[in-house]
Amino acid sequence: MNTMTEAAPVRPIEPTSYHVKEGNQGIALKIKDFKLWYGQSQALHGIDMEIQKGQVTALIGPSGCGKSTLLRSLNRMNDLIDELKIDGRIDVGDFDMYGPGVDVIALRKRMGMVFQKPNPFAMSIYDNVVYPLRVDGVTKKSILDEVCERSLRSAAIWDEVKDRLNESALGMSGGQQQRLCIARGIASDPEVLLMDEPCSALDPIATAKIEELISQLRGQYTIVIVTHNMQQAARVSDNTGFMYLGRLIEYGATDTIFTKPHKEQTHDYVTGRFG
Amino acid sequence: MANPEDSISTAAIGVSTGKPATRTGGKRVRSFTADLSAVGEPALWGFGGALAIGIILIAGFLAIIAWNGFTTFWPKPIEQVELVDGTVIAGEPTRYNTFTVGESVLARLNDAQRQEIEDNFGFANRTLYKTANFDLYGDDFTWAADFDIANVERPSGYYLFERQQWGTFVGFPASLVIGGEETAYDQGLMQREQRAARSRFADIRRLERRDIGRINHNQERARLDSRKALLQYGENDPRYLARVEVNNARIAELQNEFVEVQQRISDIRAIDSQYRVILEEVNGRTVDTNLSQIVRFYAANDVNWFQQAGIYLSRWGEFLTTEPREANTQGGVLPAIFGTVAMTMLMVVFVAPFGVITALYLREYAKQGKLVSIVRISVNNLAGVPSIVYGVFGLGFFAYTMGTTIDQLFYAERLPSPTFGTGGLLWASLTLALLTVPVVIVATEEALSAVPRSMREGSLACGASKWQTIRYVVLPKALPGIMTGMILAMARGAGEVAPLMLVGVVKLAPALPIDGFAPFIHLERSFMHLGFHIFDVGFQSRNSEAGKPMVFVTTLLLLGLIVLMNATAIYVRNRLKKKYAGSQF
Ligand SMILES: Nc1ncnc2c1ncn2[C@@H]1O[C@H](COP(=O)(O)OP(=O)(O)OP(=O)(O)O)[C@@H](O)[C@H]1O
Ligand SMILES: [Mg+2]
Repeated sequence: MNTMTEAAPVRPIEPTSYHVKEGNQGIALKIKDFKLWYGQSQALHGIDMEIQKGQVTALIGPSGCGKSTLLRSLNRMNDLIDELKIDGRIDVGDFDMYGPGVDVIALRKRMGMVFQKPNPFAMSIYDNVVYPLRVDGVTKKSILDEVCERSLRSAAIWDEVKDRLNESALGMSGGQQQRLCIARGIASDPEVLLMDEPCSALDPIATAKIEELISQLRGQYTIVIVTHNMQQAARVSDNTGFMYLGRLIEYGATDTIFTKPHKEQTHDYVTGRFG
Repeated sequence: MANPEDSISTAAIGVSTGKPATRTGGKRVRSFTADLSAVGEPALWGFGGALAIGIILIAGFLAIIAWNGFTTFWPKPIEQVELVDGTVIAGEPTRYNTFTVGESVLARLNDAQRQEIEDNFGFANRTLYKTANFDLYGDDFTWAADFDIANVERPSGYYLFERQQWGTFVGFPASLVIGGEETAYDQGLMQREQRAARSRFADIRRLERRDIGRINHNQERARLDSRKALLQYGENDPRYLARVEVNNARIAELQNEFVEVQQRISDIRAIDSQYRVILEEVNGRTVDTNLSQIVRFYAANDVNWFQQAGIYLSRWGEFLTTEPREANTQGGVLPAIFGTVAMTMLMVVFVAPFGVITALYLREYAKQGKLVSIVRISVNNLAGVPSIVYGVFGLGFFAYTMGTTIDQLFYAERLPSPTFGTGGLLWASLTLALLTVPVVIVATEEALSAVPRSMREGSLACGASKWQTIRYVVLPKALPGIMTGMILAMARGAGEVAPLMLVGVVKLAPALPIDGFAPFIHLERSFMHLGFHIFDVGFQSRNSEAGKPMVFVTTLLLLGLIVLMNATAIYVRNRLKKKYAGSQF
């Protein structure tokens, strides 16, 4: 049940031993029998899934199968929706993120998120990138400058914007905006990066850049990416989960899913024979 | 198209979407009934026509105000009119109209005239002359019917004098008194001396306003201080007696200063009365006036275009920068401009935070349910409450309830004369803020809901709290929309008059709400307002015909002021828009 709100008692989450930087092995997120209802209609039917640290996990499946819903459950973005009901648990480190007394804001600070449509804020490029730090209370200019440059470099956009950091982010192209959003997503050095169809609004060149970026970030971050593009999933991910009608039909190494899946439905979907 | 069914359906679509022709027996026939309504052409004409009528009405309305407003100050010629009964009048022709000739008038006319009026269905034309010289005739205007006029000329030599008191004078300067000695009239001499006299007049004004004003203010303060001590300590307390002694000494000291200033004023006055002009009107009656009383004068029928333009500009200058005189029918409207702007600004200061915070709560924090819907509907309906009701509320609640309480708590020594317990700038602004707050709330709510959900989610996903999201992402993005609401509220508030009459606007305010005495901004003071000035000058004054032209000038000014304030706000908004919005890929 979605009984906690943002005003729930605060239990601070320290960056724990769990952080990827201190070990690339293990499980980042453990989803256990997770169910979700939008009002009366059930969108997720008991998902069980373990997301590996430092690896790229892709979620594929036909439209409306609940990929975004699952992804948004991982940083509790669904809390914004009224009439939402939840059952089951998602463990991050050693506790249930839907358990009582969890500080949602602190939780979200550990998760970066990139959305389907680029959504830069109406501020300068610089302010966009350091926004996660600013809301965290960081005011020291040297830290902000350093983070800004590092994030923009990581997002492969530094060279394009380094001379116009103080211009509005809304003046950039769509692909640049999306890479800016990725830079923003990784600015606070999160443990998990959640990406919901990050390339769907982009042209092939920008898409290629972002795929390359994901490959570079592999190992540093745990990445969960939702995509409709089968080739993309095959190219960038280590593990792939195939979802259908709110269920996780098959989950395993990407090679396996794409070459010799165990389930008929998976096979049909990845070969494009899906009705 | 191979499928026969396909072609049928295409044909059907062709008719219903209004292709100009349908096929009937192999011939193309235009089918108007079906086509016109389908194309929507009648509606198009209707809408276009309605728009055109609307635009014409507004343009005509503005043109009338602009024409009347802009021409009022242009100097007009003076006509000398000889009537059939032998009387002679002189004045500016101000307007013409047609009237029904009464029985008694008809009776005294000759047959030819009567016949002419009869041919005209009983109507005749007449002209309104501004004959001025109110001090001699007790009226500024005279109607002259066409059939009464024997002769009209515009003889050279007529002057128009605008006087500090008694309005204008139409006639001739007969002679001058310079330094107590009578001399013949000379235009150059008069111009020079009049200018000198005006600066003497300004000196007197300044002494009266600034020096005596300061003395009065300080005496009043000392008096109030004594009274305060009385209320605080009681009658026989030594502290009270000590304070009284100090204050009385101060009052006596100020009284000496007062006498001194008075002396200086009467010295200037004595000089002033040595410089006079004797004016003579068309029928030979004379008026003896101090030169300092002449605001402006010109030979109405002898000025060329450039001089006319000069007079025109100087009249505008006077209008915009001086105080009214002659029961508001002449002089300027500076206090009213000031009052209007000050009140509107203050209103924005009140309405902005109040409206924005309310809308923020309604849209962002309150749980969207029945209760919020009811609140929202009520707020929207508040905009439909007659504005005078707000005036009554402002008077009853702000002035009488809150004001009286404030007076009792903080201004007890001034009672029974109220400080905040009566209408004033503060209460008027608050009343108008209340009146315009629905506009701001509605606009702000709309602006907030127009902020894309994706932006909020982006911010929350960064680990921002709800308030941080609102503060850094939502509000900046909504700011132009909020500004639009503010602009609408400002326009509404600046043009509102009815409620103001109850909560602090007066026809003639003794002092501006901002002056040199601490605390400099006097929110409790009553003030003047252009909207009320229009009403007062045109319809409430002793000499409302004289005020009528001012109605248009003041209306023009009020419109101009509102346009100016809105243009400023729109400029600011567009700057903000540019700052916060770029191309969305
Ligand atoms: N806010 C919401 N309120 C109600 N139902 C929702 C909401 N968001 C999603 N749903 C429903 O939940 C189901 C899963 O939606 P979701 O957005 O997770 O699908 P998806 O797999 O991301 O699809 P796509 O590939 O088209 O993005 C759909 O049936 C959708 O209609
Ligand atoms: Mg989706």
